[in-house]
This record gives sequence, C-alpha cells and structure tokens, in this order.
Amino acid sequence: MLNTLDTWALTLAVFIPLAGVVVLGFVDRTWEKGLKGITLLVSLLTLADGIYLLARFDYGASDALQFEVNRHWIDAINSHYHVGIDGISLPMLVLSMFITVLCVVYSWDHFPEPYNPKSFLMLILVLEVGMNGTFVAEDLILFFVFFELVLLPMYFMIGVWGGPNRQYASIKFFLYTLFGSALMILGFLAIYFKGGQTFDIPELVAKGGIASHVTELWIFGGLFMGFAIKVPMFPFHTWLPDAHTEAPTVGSVILAAILLKLGTYGFIRIAIPILPDAAKSWAPWIGGLAVIGIIYGALGCLAQRDLKRLIAFSSVAHMGFVMLGISTLTSYGINAAVFGMVAHGLITGMLFFLAGSIGERFGTREINRLGGLLVQAPKLGWILGFCAMASLGLPGLAGFWGEFPAILSAYQPAAGLNEALFRGYMVVASIGTVLAAGYLLWMYQRTAFGLPRDEFAEAHIHDIHTPEWIAWTPLLVAIVALGVYPHLLFHVTTDAVDGVTAALKAVGG
Amino acid sequence: MHLNAFLLLAAFLFCTGVYGALARKNAVLVLMSIELILNAVNVNLVAFGAFQRSIVGHIFALFVVAIAAAEVGVGLAIVLLIYRNRHSIDLTEVDLMKG
Amino acid sequence: MFFLRNAWIIPAIPVASFWVILLFGKRLPKKGSEVGVAALAIAFALSCLTFGAWIARDAKPAAEVVAATAPATAAGPGHVEGGEGAGGAHELPSETHHAEELRPAVDRNLFTWFEMGGTKVEFGTHIDGLAVTLLFVVTLISLLVHIFSTAYMKGDRRYTHFFASLSLFTSGMLILVTARTTLQMILGWEIMGLCSFMLIGHWWEEKPNSDAALKAFFTTRTGDVGLLVGVSILFFGAGRTFDAATINAAALSGRMPHWVLLMGATALFVAVIGKSAQFPLHTWLPDAMAGPTPVSALIHAATMVVAGVYLVARMYGVFWKAFSITAPGHAGFNPVAIVGGLTILIAAALAFVQNDIKKVLAYSTVSQLGYMVMGLGVGAWMGAVFHIFTHAFFKASLFLGAGSVSHGGSHHSFDMKKDMGGLKKHMPITFWTFAVSSVALAGIPILAGFWSKDEILLGAGKNGYTVFLVVGLMGAMMTAAYMTRCVYLTFFGEARGNAAHHHPHESPPAITGPLVVLAFLSVVAGLLNAPGITLFGKWNLNEVLVTAGVPEHTFNYGYAAVSTLIAATGIVIGGLWYFRNLGPHGITQRVKPLHAGYVFLDNKYYLDVLYTDGVVGSIKGPIARGAYWVNQNVLDGVVNGVGIAARRVAQFVYDVIDQQVVDGAVNGAGFTAESGGSLLRVFQTGRVQNYAAIMFGVAALSALGLAVLVTK
Repeated sequence: MLNTLDTWALTLAVFIPLAGVVVLGFVDRTWEKGLKGITLLVSLLTLADGIYLLARFDYGASDALQFEVNRHWIDAINSHYHVGIDGISLPMLVLSMFITVLCVVYSWDHFPEPYNPKSFLMLILVLEVGMNGTFVAEDLILFFVFFELVLLPMYFMIGVWGGPNRQYASIKFFLYTLFGSALMILGFLAIYFKGGQTFDIPELVAKGGIASHVTELWIFGGLFMGFAIKVPMFPFHTWLPDAHTEAPTVGSVILAAILLKLGTYGFIRIAIPILPDAAKSWAPWIGGLAVIGIIYGALGCLAQRDLKRLIAFSSVAHMGFVMLGISTLTSYGINAAVFGMVAHGLITGMLFFLAGSIGERFGTREINRLGGLLVQAPKLGWILGFCAMASLGLPGLAGFWGEFPAILSAYQPAAGLNEALFRGYMVVASIGTVLAAGYLLWMYQRTAFGLPRDEFAEAHIHDIHTPEWIAWTPLLVAIVALGVYPHLLFHVTTDAVDGVTAALKAVGG
Repeated sequence: MHLNAFLLLAAFLFCTGVYGALARKNAVLVLMSIELILNAVNVNLVAFGAFQRSIVGHIFALFVVAIAAAEVGVGLAIVLLIYRNRHSIDLTEVDLMKG
Repeated sequence: MFFLRNAWIIPAIPVASFWVILLFGKRLPKKGSEVGVAALAIAFALSCLTFGAWIARDAKPAAEVVAATAPATAAGPGHVEGGEGAGGAHELPSETHHAEELRPAVDRNLFTWFEMGGTKVEFGTHIDGLAVTLLFVVTLISLLVHIFSTAYMKGDRRYTHFFASLSLFTSGMLILVTARTTLQMILGWEIMGLCSFMLIGHWWEEKPNSDAALKAFFTTRTGDVGLLVGVSILFFGAGRTFDAATINAAALSGRMPHWVLLMGATALFVAVIGKSAQFPLHTWLPDAMAGPTPVSALIHAATMVVAGVYLVARMYGVFWKAFSITAPGHAGFNPVAIVGGLTILIAAALAFVQNDIKKVLAYSTVSQLGYMVMGLGVGAWMGAVFHIFTHAFFKASLFLGAGSVSHGGSHHSFDMKKDMGGLKKHMPITFWTFAVSSVALAGIPILAGFWSKDEILLGAGKNGYTVFLVVGLMGAMMTAAYMTRCVYLTFFGEARGNAAHHHPHESPPAITGPLVVLAFLSVVAGLLNAPGITLFGKWNLNEVLVTAGVPEHTFNYGYAAVSTLIAATGIVIGGLWYFRNLGPHGITQRVKPLHAGYVFLDNKYYLDVLYTDGVVGSIKGPIARGAYWVNQNVLDGVVNGVGIAARRVAQFVYDVIDQQVVDGAVNGAGFTAESGGSLLRVFQTGRVQNYAAIMFGVAALSALGLAVLVTK
C-alpha cells in the first residue's frame, strides 16, 4: 500500500489540482460556497500529499532522486514522464502547495472585480498544476510543458482581475516570458541533439558536459535568457513591476512566491549541472548582473510611490542575492540561494498579502497618502513592520539566511572564478542590505508611523479579518521558525546542493 | 466487292447524321440523326469484320444496335417531357445549363 | 560549573519574557511590566551565580591553559591559507600575563544551528571573564532600568510594548555577550538594532521620533556592512569557522596572511564605528534621545553602543595582529586609536554647546566610548573593558537621574537652560546621585571612573602612544568641565521655566532606588582593580591576552596624579565659570572666529547636513529617481521599444508583404481563374448542339492530328 502511494505521490501532487479543475468545471457558478469548499479541499489534499512527501522523504539521501517515476511518454522524441524530487525540489514543491492553500483561504471573501469565483479558483488550481509539475519534472520536455503551463492562468489573472493598466501588464508579462521560453526551448533542443538524443535530466547531468565549450556557451545563453527573464534578473526585470502592480493580490503573491523561483530553480536544476563548463564562463556575468540588480532594485524601490510596486522592485533586489549565491557555484552559495528562494517566497508573499489588504482598506496603495496605520489598524501595522524587518534580512528571521550566506559565499567562489571580482560583488551586495533597510523602513515610516492623513482620519479601518489571520499565521510562523533554526531547511538542501557542485568539480577549473 | 464502297456509304451516312444533329432544331430529327451516325458506325464495323474475317466487328455492331435502341427510348422520353413542359421541341430554347 | 555551562539560560529568559509580554502582557494586572522585572531579576540572579562560579573556577598557570587550547584550535576544519611571519613564537613585552594564573574559558555547543556545504555551524556559548562581567553589568543595569520604568513610564500609550522591547533589547545584548561564534554575535547585534529602532521610535506619532529611529537604524546598518564583510573574511581566513576563539587563535598563530587580517579587522571596525557611535558615524546617538529616558540609559550604559567595543574586545586577537598594536615600529598610531581619540575630543567639544541635558550625556557617552575604543587601540585591553564596566554604572545613573529630573522637576522637559535650575533643594536624592556620578565620570580618585580611565591613559603612555595620552588627558579635562556645567545648569542657580512653575518634587522610590544603587556602584566599582586588589584583572584575563602578550602595567602614581590634577582643573574651571561667573562670558558672541567655532559646534560639524542632505538625500532623491528614470525610460524603453518595433515590423509585413505580395499572388490566381471562366462562359451556351459541335470539332481535329501523326 505504502509503496504504491510512494510511486503515485508525485503524480498526485501534480494531478490532484487538475482533477480539482475538472470538478470545478461541473459546478454551478452561482454555488459559491461549494466552489470555495471544493477548491480548499483540493488544495488541502495536495498539501496533505506534500506533508506525506515530507514525512516519507529520506533526509539521509537528499541528493538522490526519490519518489521517482519514469514512464514512456512521447516515444517519438524519446521524452519520458520522469518525475522525482531531491533536497532542492522538495522545499520548493511544499512551498508551492503551502502558498496555494493560503491563497485559497485569503481569497475567501477577497475576490477581486470582476467577481467570478469559479474562474478565479480554477485559475489558481491550474497554476498549482504548473508550479508543482515544474518542481517535480526530471525531463526537459515535461519541465517545459509545466513551465509554460503557468503562463496562461497568470495572464488571465492579471488581464481579467487586474488593475487599470492590466492589459498592457498582462501582455508584457506573457510576451516577455514567452520570448525567454522560446530561447529556452531552443537550448533544450540543442541539448537533445548534442547530448545523445535524450531529454532526461539526470542522464544529461551524468554526462558532465555535452558539447564543445563554445557550443555549450551558446546553449547556456539560451537557457539563461529563459530563466533570467523569469527570475527576473536585471536588465530583464521590467515586466515584473508592471505585472505585480496590476495583478490581483493573490496573483501577486503566487507570482512573487513561486513563479519567480521557477527561473532560479531552472538554473540550479538544469542549466548549471548539465552545462557546468559553460556555467563557469557565465558565472562572473551572472554575478555582476545579480549585484547590479541588488543595488538597482533597491534604488528603484526608493523612487516608488506605490506600495506594491515598491515590493515588486524589492523582489528584483532579493532575487539578486539568490542569483549572486548561484553564480558563486559553491555549495554555500547555492544553499543560500535555495534558502533565499524559500525565504523570499514566504516574506514577499506575505508583504504582497499586506499590500493587498492595505490597498483594499484605504482604496489606495500610494505611500504618500497613507500614514498612521499603527493607529488605525495596529495589528496590521505591526505585521507590516515584522515583514519589513524580515525582508531587510534581520538575523533570527528567514530573510537573513538567504542574504548572509550568499554574501559569505562570494568571498570564495568556486575554483577558477575570479576571486577579486567576486569579493567586489560581496561588498556591493552588503551595501545592498543598507539600501534594503532604507527603502523598507522609509516605507514603513510613511505608512505606519505618524497619524492618519486627513482624508482617512474619519474612515473606519477594519483590523485583520479572520481569513487573513488564517492565511497569514502559518507564513509568520514559518518566517520565525526558519530564521531561528535554519537547520530545518539547510539539512534538506545541503546534500542535494553538493550533488550540483559535484558536477562542477568534475569539470575542474 | 471493294471495301471503299462500304466506307463511303458509311461516311455519307455519318455526315448526314452530323449535319442533322448539329443543324436541325427539331429534337426528334436530332435523335434520328444520331441514329444515322450510329448506323454509319455499324456499317463500318460490319464491313471491317467481314473483310477481316473477324466476328468482333459483328458483335460490336450488335451492341451498338442494342444501345441505340435504349438511347432512342431514353431520348424520346426526354423529348416527350420537354414537350410536356414547354409545348415545344425546339432545342435552341432548351438552354437551362447556360453558364 | 553548572552555571558556566548553562549560561545560555540567561539570554533565554528575556527572550521568553518578550514573547510572554507581547502575547499576554495586556491581560496581566500590571500590563506586563511585572513579567519583565521578574525575568530580569531572575536573569540577574543567575548572572551573579555565574559570576560566582567563574570566580570559584580553578585558575591554572596561563602558559598551561594556552598550550592546552592551542592544538585544538590548530585542528580547525578546512584549509588555512599559508601565513606569513613566524608561527607561534612571539616577542613578548616584559610586563605580560604569562606568569599569572588564568581561568580557562568554558565553551559549550548547544545544538547545530545549521550545516551546509560541509561546514557545521554550532550554536553555543563561550563563557570567560569578559562574558561574565558583561552578563553581570547588562542584567543589573537592565533590571534597574526595568524597575525605573515601572514608575517613569506609568500611563504610557504603549506601556506593554515598551517592556516587551526592553526585554528583547536586553536579550540581544546577552546573546552577543555569550556568543561563541561570530554569527551569533551578528544575531545579537542586529536584534539590538531592531530594538533600538522600536524603542527610539517608541512615540512614533511624532515625526522627529521616527526620524531618529530610522537614523539610528540606518547608521548602524551602514556600519553593519563591515560586520557582514568582516565576518565573511574571517570565516574563510581562519579556515571556515565562525568560532571566535578559533579565529583569534588562528590570527595570533600567524597562520593567516596579514592582509586578510587587515581587511577583516578593518571591516569589523567599520561596524564598531557605526554601532559604538564613533566619529564619523556618531551622529545617530544624540538623536536617539528621542526615545524614552530609560531606553537611553539602557542603550548608553549597558547595551547597543557597548556592543561595538565588546566586539573589538572579543576579537582582540584579530585586531591586535592586524593593526600590530604594540609591535615595535608600529606603535604610536593605528586606526582604532585614531578614531577613538578623535571621538573623545570631538564629542566632548559638542557636549559644551548642548542645552538638552540628555544630549550632554549622549555626547559624553560618545566621548567615553572613544576612550574605550582608544584604550583597545593602544593596547590597554583591560583598561578598556574595565571602563565598560565602570562607565555602565555612572552613565546609567546619570541618565536615570536626568529622567528623574524631568519626571519630578522640569515637567517632562529636558532643556537645562529653559526649564531647570535650582532643583537641588527639591530633589535631594536625585541631586546627590547625579553629582556623585558626575564626579565619577570626571575621573576623581576613589570613584569608579578614575581607575578605569587611568588604566587606559597608563596603557597609552607606556605602550608608546604618547599622542593619545595627551588626547586622553585633554578629554578628561573637558569631561570634568562640561559635567560641571551640566550639574550647575540643572541643580543650581535660579529655577527657570517649568522648574519654577510646576512645583518640583522628588521622584518615587521606584525611580530613586535604582539611582541610589547605581551611585553607590559608581563609587565603589572602581576599587575592584585598585592597586593591591586587581581582582578585575585576574577575573578577566583570557587566552587571547596571554597568547598575544597584551602588556599589563602596574598602577603608576605619577600618571594618576597628573590625570587627577587635570580632571580637578576641569572642574575648577567649570566651577569658576558657572558658579562664580568668572571668565570672559559671551566671548563667543563678541569675537568673530570664536563665534564661527561656536556655530560650527552648534551645527555638529555639519556632519548631519552631510549625511542627511548629502548622502541620504542624494540616494533617496536624485540617484533613486535617476535609477528609476533609467528603468522606466531606458530599460523599459528598450522593452517597449522592442514591442513597438515589433508592431511596426508587423505592420510593414502586413501592409506590404502580406497585403501586396502574398495576397497579390493569391488574388492573381483568383483573377486568372475568373477571367478564364468568363472566357469559357462564352462557350457554355447551354445548348446541346453547340456542345456537340465543339465535341465534333475537337474530335475531328484530334482525328486529323492522329492521322498526321500515324502517317508520318
């Protein structure tokens, strides 16, 4: 019994939400309670599956693929339905399930206009299918299918439920990422033809390089474009602030918490292990763009007037830390990156929830018009402060463990990389932490401190609602827990990351 | 007897038939002209068969006779219907298939 | 031994009390303050027991202890970069600790904090004399501040939150003090940063308060760049370890290249400059007076600003080697001493022009921190640590005294010139404690400040830092003078403003009690290291000092006499000027250069202008806007440009190629077909005979062709 469940666990993780979508399709659109209930049930079932995975995962062998299933799929191109998870994908998979449940809970009575719960909930579940699938896929074509699957629901979410400028934002989001994907699939095809006609990721990784250096450089370039746009790295980030600003709250949360991680995950799972040699040549450039992103994102934040846009820009900075960690190609750096991905998912997801709730209460997210949040809604204000602190990387909260080890790792990058250059990156990245404190606290001062502005002085601002509490408490607890005891996450990732860096070492300097 | 005589007769009959079929307006006359053409062919077939001591020509002639009978039957029926509908058998007026 | 091994309980108590107060404080009868006071009382009791256990710990000959720990540290994991210089063998100055006895530090790993990339990072405690001393000081001051606050903060808007933050603040310092690894130090360090933000901005409804909170956080955070970088450098330099003792040992063993040490120490020192409010990053500390007075006492006496000095003291092996503090040929100048010395003078000068009593004390703290940093810089480690110890008592007493004055005497004003004066007779306890602490600060013998300051000056003189001896003496005179000014303006002369109109009265026992305790300690604490006793030196001796060979100098009556004389001169000058009204009063108004100097001081050397308008203003304003402009117009411009260009191309393709060429071909085919059809249409008359004619014609022509072909 258990064995059967083991083999099916990952497939279930992907297809329970899909089944949920089908079921929702048959439910009458006016029966809202039923719609919400079914969606919640489906997402909880998926999460239960995730918890089962957590419980059954062999933490002693987190570098090996577990719960692996490998079946024929498209024989014509030798593509398999190959799924499996290791210590890097497990946290991301569970994070994705976790965030989805919280989004469903938050949506309970927060459906944005035009009110259409049925479609909205279906989109959330379709998104989950794509996200979960990407994190478990071990075949390039399968990966690509799921990677692209998330585009469409997000496009509709922004395009239909978004803000005033939603059409521009959604088209930009869709086309920009699609453009990257096009180059990425070219890269995949090149890997296929150069790497012995297979799309199987572990098989390709085992080869330790598939083509001549120059060819690999080009292939890596293709993958880089696909993933870097998704991350997004400077200078490919401009779709992000628009998409975030216009997206409905839940869309922003999923976008920030999970979708961005698909890009960094792609680097760690595909680009670097399959093309270790090219990764080394690209690393200084990636690191450079990452630290530019850190400073640049922070400066962008300082110039913002809109709460959500500010948080969106802060994502650029935070993902810069993640990419800096990855670019060092060291175990420390990539561990930091995975931690940073999870931490950013939790913290920025939380910040977007807050921005959404504040916007809903005041009818504006303009920082200049807000003020005195602590007076009118003290709990909301305190939680905003807490998240700001977590986001700026206060030790004891999750954000720190993504930032500091990344900075640390840049002091000594992988053999063969320019140490002096990366040490320069280290200093610049540390300066980024000061700017992070700057924009977050400056934002906090203007929104939460002081007294309410005249226009809202008389307004009745409701403090946190029950669905908000239910959706937020797990996030807050997770932020503290991971921050106080980072072992929780590092012991899952470290062996798997060593597997990635082992591929690099095999290539040598 | 010389074969040419038969061929000339047949040619004469054929030309008469072609003239009648193309030039006359009366549908019944056209049909009769077609019969002439067919019989011209029959003459040729029988003549060639006899001269070459082959039975094939005769057999074909018999087929043609049979088909000609059928053709006349169908043709007359059509003419009859055209007459019923139009009270005329003038073929120049029957141009429903004009493009 | 139990207490030494389980010292982690002491920081854990305030952490627990923070959560209890935060979650349940509002429902408790005294709104959470009782939890805070009780927690700190327990923590203080445990600290005393720990102190006792430390004193009771067997002392072993110093050389033996060092020899025992050396191999353990040498076996650190990972590789160590090949060092330059001779390993191990040092030329030791004559007066060192080698002959003495040493209590070995107690290390304990509690649990694995995390493990990655083959490096295991433990969470543990490192208890030695320095840690024990700080535990005692921090818990005591914090306890007194808690008690003081129950009366002082009564009826405050956020009474409960205030106590929660106080507890967390204390725990931050305690975590720093007991930390075994540099990473734990970062944790404690940043928790304090957070709490100072919360407490300085306690009354955040008013913008100046939140501005001050932000300023404190930003400034220290700017310094923290150095902390992050420095910890990273030392982590790799010492062979992939965060363990402070191992890093010190590695530094002293000579295995680490000098440039690595220099980079690491410099980076850490940047953090110290930020946190310990050294020139030029001292500007946040006076602004931090926006917070409630008990917070100021806690920040200035026992936590936060002391953290920077503590960091240098804890990582002294690194600083010692990096800056070659007493190495022959190098002595005389080093960045630590220079920054410390500059800070002493610059801050002391500023203390003269302040009218706010708390700001006088704030600049006094900056100046005294300068002494500590300078002490560490000139190699007077013991003197600097001793100064942390004594300074905590009299500075806490002074701040709480200022709080008491505003509570009972000046009706919540801190302006000495406007709202004080003549309070001596109304507030006798406050006056006497304040006066005693001032004298202690000024450095008059027997009182605490004298002994510690004297040790620092002695070290500067004996270790070849003559310039800094002079700086220290000048600072001592200025200290004595500005404290005289402060005491005079507050307690003597005519009652002014609120002091005259609001019926000044003595504060309640919850306020005066802590004052008395602190004043008492300000008197006696210094005797711990008086000649003939020198207990403090024995307790605080540690492995780093012995290995490094930090010199220890015996009490010198000549130095003591000079420094006493100079401090007394300062008091006398101040006394003559204010009490007797002698001297050229108003000279700063009359003489132009002096007036310019006064304005320069009054504007705090324009540093604030430089930082706020220059650095922060430009980053927040033009630079950020510029970056955003680039984002919107250049980067996004490219993206949109690509979009627009794509649409243009598409339009062209559609209009020209698609509509004209491709569609042209299609239409052409259609046209051909149509015209061909209309041509054929002519033949399709619908008349059977026409068709037959054509058929015959064609057949005839074909037959003709056939005939021609066959007959050749």
